[in-house]
Amino acid sequence: MTVAAPQRPAAGDARRSEGAKAERRLAAWLCAPAVIVMLAVTAYPIGYAVWLSLLRYDLRFPQEREFVGLSNYLAVLTDGYWWSAFTVTVAVTVVSVAIELALGLGLALIMHRTLFGRGTVRTLVLIPYGMVTVAAAFSWQYAWTPGTGYLANLLPEGSAPLTEQIPALAIVVLAEVWKTTPFMALLLLAGLALVPDDLLRAAQVDGAGPWQRLTRIILPMMKPAILVALLFRTLDAFRIFDNIYVLTRGNNGTASVSILGYDNLFKAFNLGIGSAISITIFICVAIIAFLFVKGFGAAAPGSEPEGRR
Amino acid sequence: MAEIVLDAVTKRFPDGALAVSEVDVAIDDGEFVILVGPSGCGKSTTLNMIAGLEDITSGELRIGGERVNERAPKDRDIAMVFQSYALYPHMTVRENMAFPLKLSKVDRATIAAKVDEAATVLDLTQHLDRRPANLSGGQRQRVAMGRAIVRSPSAFLMDEPLSNLDAKLRVQMRTEVSRIQKRLATTTVYVTHDQTEAMTLGDRVVVMRGGVVQQVGAPQHLYDHPANLFVAGFIGSPSMNFMPGTLAEGALQTALGRVSLPDRIRSALESAGAPSEVIVGLRPEHFEDVALVEESKRAAGTTFPAQAEVLESMGSDKYVYFSLSGDRASSTELEELAADAGTAELPSGGNQLTTRLSAASTAAEGEKIDIWFDAAQVQVFDPSSGRNLTA
Ligand SMILES: Nc1ncnc2c1ncn2[C@@H]1O[C@H](COP(=O)(O)OP(=O)(O)OP(=O)(O)O)[C@@H](O)[C@H]1O
Ligand SMILES: [Mg+2]
Repeated sequence: MTVAAPQRPAAGDARRSEGAKAERRLAAWLCAPAVIVMLAVTAYPIGYAVWLSLLRYDLRFPQEREFVGLSNYLAVLTDGYWWSAFTVTVAVTVVSVAIELALGLGLALIMHRTLFGRGTVRTLVLIPYGMVTVAAAFSWQYAWTPGTGYLANLLPEGSAPLTEQIPALAIVVLAEVWKTTPFMALLLLAGLALVPDDLLRAAQVDGAGPWQRLTRIILPMMKPAILVALLFRTLDAFRIFDNIYVLTRGNNGTASVSILGYDNLFKAFNLGIGSAISITIFICVAIIAFLFVKGFGAAAPGSEPEGRR
Repeated sequence: MAEIVLDAVTKRFPDGALAVSEVDVAIDDGEFVILVGPSGCGKSTTLNMIAGLEDITSGELRIGGERVNERAPKDRDIAMVFQSYALYPHMTVRENMAFPLKLSKVDRATIAAKVDEAATVLDLTQHLDRRPANLSGGQRQRVAMGRAIVRSPSAFLMDEPLSNLDAKLRVQMRTEVSRIQKRLATTTVYVTHDQTEAMTLGDRVVVMRGGVVQQVGAPQHLYDHPANLFVAGFIGSPSMNFMPGTLAEGALQTALGRVSLPDRIRSALESAGAPSEVIVGLRPEHFEDVALVEESKRAAGTTFPAQAEVLESMGSDKYVYFSLSGDRASSTELEELAADAGTAELPSGGNQLTTRLSAASTAAEGEKIDIWFDAAQVQVFDPSSGRNLTA
């Protein structure tokens, strides 16, 4: 893991042997089918969406379709709706991922120490993750509907949490956390298994209590697993749609960026603006992924003295 | 600085396995004690109980006179070196060594001074800012030692610290460990299954078998006066030769001929109530080419003719191997030793005689030679209990 990347042969080496050339050709042929499929199913729709986002294109006024350059993006980024949706999305993402990380870590530590029925415990824990999000979201919705819901009945008379911004978002976060904590826990459990027992015993003899063992040994050793789990979950949470769609339909300032894109595309039929929103979301996701991957580079053991980050 | 006392310490694992049974050992302040025995005999379990990493099922453990059974490892003031070294991979060498000091809230300047001092002692100064993954095996081993010594604990516990090193480095590090222990004069308990380490390092050696202590004593004492067959066969390399024998009228009938026993041994056998069928043990160095033995001494021993099968010349000595006629000595202890050494399956396993002769001997492979051995060095064991009847 700490060895320098193997030296690649200098590109364009004219005297590359015939055998090597043939091998490269073969490699290209073998990769071709996958590349073609990838282009067909991902690159084409993405490219088409980019193209749409550069047009003024409203299905209600198809004859006004014309090329407008980046002005759709300008419209999106100078609009209050986008920024409010963006704030909501970031808030839901940060809060739910943070809670999931803490809960997931706790669950993983418990599962790691469980001596009996490991398989059963792990399967049970995964049940929420195995449920269809929309189905789960509906059950949350009923639970929080005044009059009929068992959770809403616990609240004071007359309160309707799903109709107010902050309580509604809290319920969205709750639904997200309930559903995806198990996934987080399993990813972290895999990371925990990578911490050698001897290290913890050594730390114990060196004078570390349980908390110090967690923060000074287990967490640093699990850093790669934690980053992977955070990356997956952050990307996922940033695109949150179904829970919000079912619980609030994005009303009362609870719309996420995906809801905003959906509304523009499929309610307002504005393909230009909708595509611009989708592409902007895509760019945000790419930026998140990029930041995490940069984080990985720095986290690789041995690449940088500890304590700088 | 502290003495460590194990008082009938016993470990039974939750699955019912009795790993350590009633171990009684008193380790003096500053003493270097070795726990040795074949794989699975409970050495690591004993060490882990001293460290506090395993609960003690029954019995009492005292460090510095105080009962510590219930104390957490960090409150026992001990340092441990693991076979895997257990270095923290995300920390530099310096951080690894500073870790125990940091946890005990020592101030920065003192930490830096202590780490530097330990690094100088262990010749690690130029590696302080590297990570364990980038070090050689020997360097990692020294970092593990360094992490133990920076704290100046009251005792060191080491679990096979050298077994991951290659042979040459192991010898080098062995002297290093010995040097450091002498210099610091810290009570040390050292686990190994290598009997050379046991012989060379320790002030005293504890030989274990199946969770039970067989004998405790200075290395030379264990070598000269093993308490039973197991210790006799385990200590010494190449190991003691065993063969069945019959006691009759103060003499011993063996595959090597009739041995008339000296008075000391005869009376020892009598007072021990020796059975007539016994196991006879002879160390390789107690044999000699009869041509090199003074006439006056020959009568005190037994001479027998044999055909040298294999000869290994070491320069200083010659190892000559012979086949013994007759049955091999059989006892559960010898079988266990053979299994541990991996020689149980060899056809000639227990039926071969190993001798160490002077370099001047004219012995040659495949040729007949007369071999003499000293009757005073004969050890006699009870085949059923394994007890040494001559010790
Ligand atoms: N956690 C455990 N549960 C049940 N039995 C165990 C456990 N740990 C060890 N044992 C058993 O206890 C006995 C002693 O084990 P121990 O690790 O102390 O052996 P050892 O002398 O250190 O051997 P080695 O030289 O191979 O390290 C073994 O028979 C082992 O199977
Ligand atoms: Mg062991």
